[in-house]
Amino acid sequence: MKVRVRFSKQGNMKYIGHLDVMRYFQKAIRRARIDIAYTEGLSPHMIMSFASPLGVGLTSDAEYMDIELRTPIASREAIDALNRVGAEGITVTGFWEVPEGKANKAMTLVAAADYVVRFRGGRVPDIDLSAALEAFLAQSEIPVWKKSKKSEREVDIRPMVYELRQTDDGAVFLKLASGSAANLKPELVMDTLFAMSGVEPPPFAYEINRCELYADTGDGERRSLTPLGALGREIL
Amino acid sequence: MRKLALSDELLQSIEKPARYIGGETGSVMKNKDEVALRFALCFPDVYEIGMSHLGIQILYDMFNRREDVWCERVYSPWVDLDRQMRERKIPLFALESQDPIREFDFLGITLQYEMCYTNVLQVLDLSGIPLRAADRPQDCPIVIGGGPCAYNPEPLAAFFDLFYIGEGETVYDRLFDLYLSCKKGGCSRQEFLRRAAQIPGIYVPSLYEVRYHEDGTIASFLPVAEDVPAVVEKQVQMDLSDAPYPEAPIVPFIKVTQDRVVLEIQRGCIRGCRFCQAGMIYRPLRERSLDCLKEHADRMLANTGHEEISLSSLSSSDYSELPGIVNYLIDRYQDEKINISLPSLRIDAFSLDVMSKVQDVRKSSLTFAPEAGSQRLRDVINKGLTEEVILQGADEAFHGGWNKVKLYFMLGLPTETEDDRKEIAHLAERIAEKYYEIPKEQRNGKCQITVSTSFFVPKPFTPFQWAPMFQPGDYLGFAKTVNHEIKAMKNQKSIRYNWHHADVTLLEGVFARGDRRVSEVILEAYRHGALYDAWTEYWDYDRWLQAFAQVGVDMDFYTMRTRDLNEILPWNFIRIGVTKEFLKKEWQRAQEGIVTPNCREKCSGCGAAAYQGGVCAARRA
Repeated sequence: MKVRVRFSKQGNMKYIGHLDVMRYFQKAIRRARIDIAYTEGLSPHMIMSFASPLGVGLTSDAEYMDIELRTPIASREAIDALNRVGAEGITVTGFWEVPEGKANKAMTLVAAADYVVRFRGGRVPDIDLSAALEAFLAQSEIPVWKKSKKSEREVDIRPMVYELRQTDDGAVFLKLASGSAANLKPELVMDTLFAMSGVEPPPFAYEINRCELYADTGDGERRSLTPLGALGREIL
Repeated sequence: MRKLALSDELLQSIEKPARYIGGETGSVMKNKDEVALRFALCFPDVYEIGMSHLGIQILYDMFNRREDVWCERVYSPWVDLDRQMRERKIPLFALESQDPIREFDFLGITLQYEMCYTNVLQVLDLSGIPLRAADRPQDCPIVIGGGPCAYNPEPLAAFFDLFYIGEGETVYDRLFDLYLSCKKGGCSRQEFLRRAAQIPGIYVPSLYEVRYHEDGTIASFLPVAEDVPAVVEKQVQMDLSDAPYPEAPIVPFIKVTQDRVVLEIQRGCIRGCRFCQAGMIYRPLRERSLDCLKEHADRMLANTGHEEISLSSLSSSDYSELPGIVNYLIDRYQDEKINISLPSLRIDAFSLDVMSKVQDVRKSSLTFAPEAGSQRLRDVINKGLTEEVILQGADEAFHGGWNKVKLYFMLGLPTETEDDRKEIAHLAERIAEKYYEIPKEQRNGKCQITVSTSFFVPKPFTPFQWAPMFQPGDYLGFAKTVNHEIKAMKNQKSIRYNWHHADVTLLEGVFARGDRRVSEVILEAYRHGALYDAWTEYWDYDRWLQAFAQVGVDMDFYTMRTRDLNEILPWNFIRIGVTKEFLKKEWQRAQEGIVTPNCREKCSGCGAAAYQGGVCAARRA
């Protein structure tokens, strides 16, 4: 049975990198005695894949991983078992059966992500934020130099910004393209926003929380974003 | 959420911040207001090394079983954080509470290898604890050392209030109870130390005075008062099956060196290799019962979720129930995809059969530790491994599908000659030839033989404790001889050779057999930036040479002399069961090349029988 697990990563767990979160779950799943399936061959490993690696320093309300079970277990029971053996800061909040097949893998499905960026105490930039956001959204094209491991190229990031607004408590909410087809990081949007206002962002100013990951369940013409967890079914 | 000692900005600017945040599964949280004694347990190296050490896990678990004690961990901050802490004056803290070490009652530091000594000073320094024990005020944590290097604590004597000689399971409770009653009664620090010296196994360096002869050797080593014992007895946990063992060891977030469950199957060794300190100081051999091991294995695997379990001992093949525990683990855990790792196994039919079940033959390698190239020299060091056994083991392994062999040797052993060194190459060649005797169609490509040599360092409480060392140039010459000889072999393309630095060996030699005067050298080198000396990238020999020159200590005095059998050695005041008479006899037999049988074959009267247990009490055939 293929299962999607949702968990939050908060507090001090933000210092644990992606590969170590994977190791964490490999051990937690054993401690919780969840009967997970393994790959075949001489060095079998757990069948487990993550929707989207989260960088060190970021927190999240909704990370997703897909696993394969040898013996099914009820959602409620699995969530309780994993949280009972878990470390402070990682909380499993969802456990759903999802359809088989490569096209249904969380990693393949990711199309967008929500973020909230806060400014660390004393590092609030000296600009009119709402005016800057408005000016940003008014552009039809925002060419930005994007660095990758191999090269640096100019990309128009405007179409990858689906939503951008100030929240009631002065933070910035972003809904951005995410995944293999198009991927935009919130830091880059924020840096660009400040550059457009002619301001250097204060160093180490952003505190970023990822709030949700979405699949695009639209018809290809129109985007329709559905949280990855909503594609599964509770196991009773 | 636990508040961290380091700021978010600092944590995000250093390597592997997870080293400093604690909160791992299995780590113990208590309320500091509800405990009477706080103990900071330290392994003076980076987190990934320190977290891999079994002894720390045993003590951590044992201390925390006491309701009135909270034991926490602290490791050496890596060089990046070290710099930041000094610059910003951030005090060193314990991982669990994140509270400064300076607020603790005890700082316990395990001494597993000599090259960590500057890291000991780093931990004291960053904690804000005066480096010299004599300068510490009343409210400063009591600094206690333990572990194998505490068997010659003298080079560190100036920096420690106490040393615990032997296995931690026995008298820590007494020490804690004494401390608590002293604390309640308002005793001075000196008074507590004075009373602690009465506890067997506890050594208080400040209560002993050393005088030297003009030639630099020790003239006398005496307690400063009548109620201070002249001799310190090593502590031994005789019944291991009943001893506390962690049921839920800490599971680190980041990958550490020993990322697995460690099952200590026995302590001590029957072999009596003459270079090996562990083989002497952990005598007598004591086994854990099979039932006890099964229970420990089950609990630790269930509580940690580790996917690997490793059997730990000095020589696993000598454990009398080895097939029992190995078969149990295979039967019970193979379906759960738990790897079983079996280090320090002798290569024979049983071990090859087991290894073919638990590992991928094509990827894994076989390890032999002949330690010396020639049979003559193997007899000198009492390594009861013959060439015939090695070749037969290799042959069986090659027929079983293996084609990788690792061979470990030492260079610079007592009585060693040019011929002995060349024999290392010849042995590797004969193993390669064994492989190529197998018909081509039956073998798995080329074989890979890796020869590694280290330079021998004479250690206290071994028959070689009187032996001289060599100059760095000599050591490199020894390695070159081996290298040239290997290059002259027919199958040299199948043989790879690795050797170590020579200068670090000499410093290790000074620390291993040094006396109190060496403390000043360590302090001087530390003040000039020596740190993480066990790490090649931070090792700086010139800095050490300067430190020796600066404080006027002659390195050669500690390394180049053949010590007189009647000399008072710095560790003379410690009793380990094994007697000096036995060590002298063994030193004599070594020079004559006479092999001494192992403890199961025949008791040689080493003195460990005084502990009345373990292999000494078992009926011998």
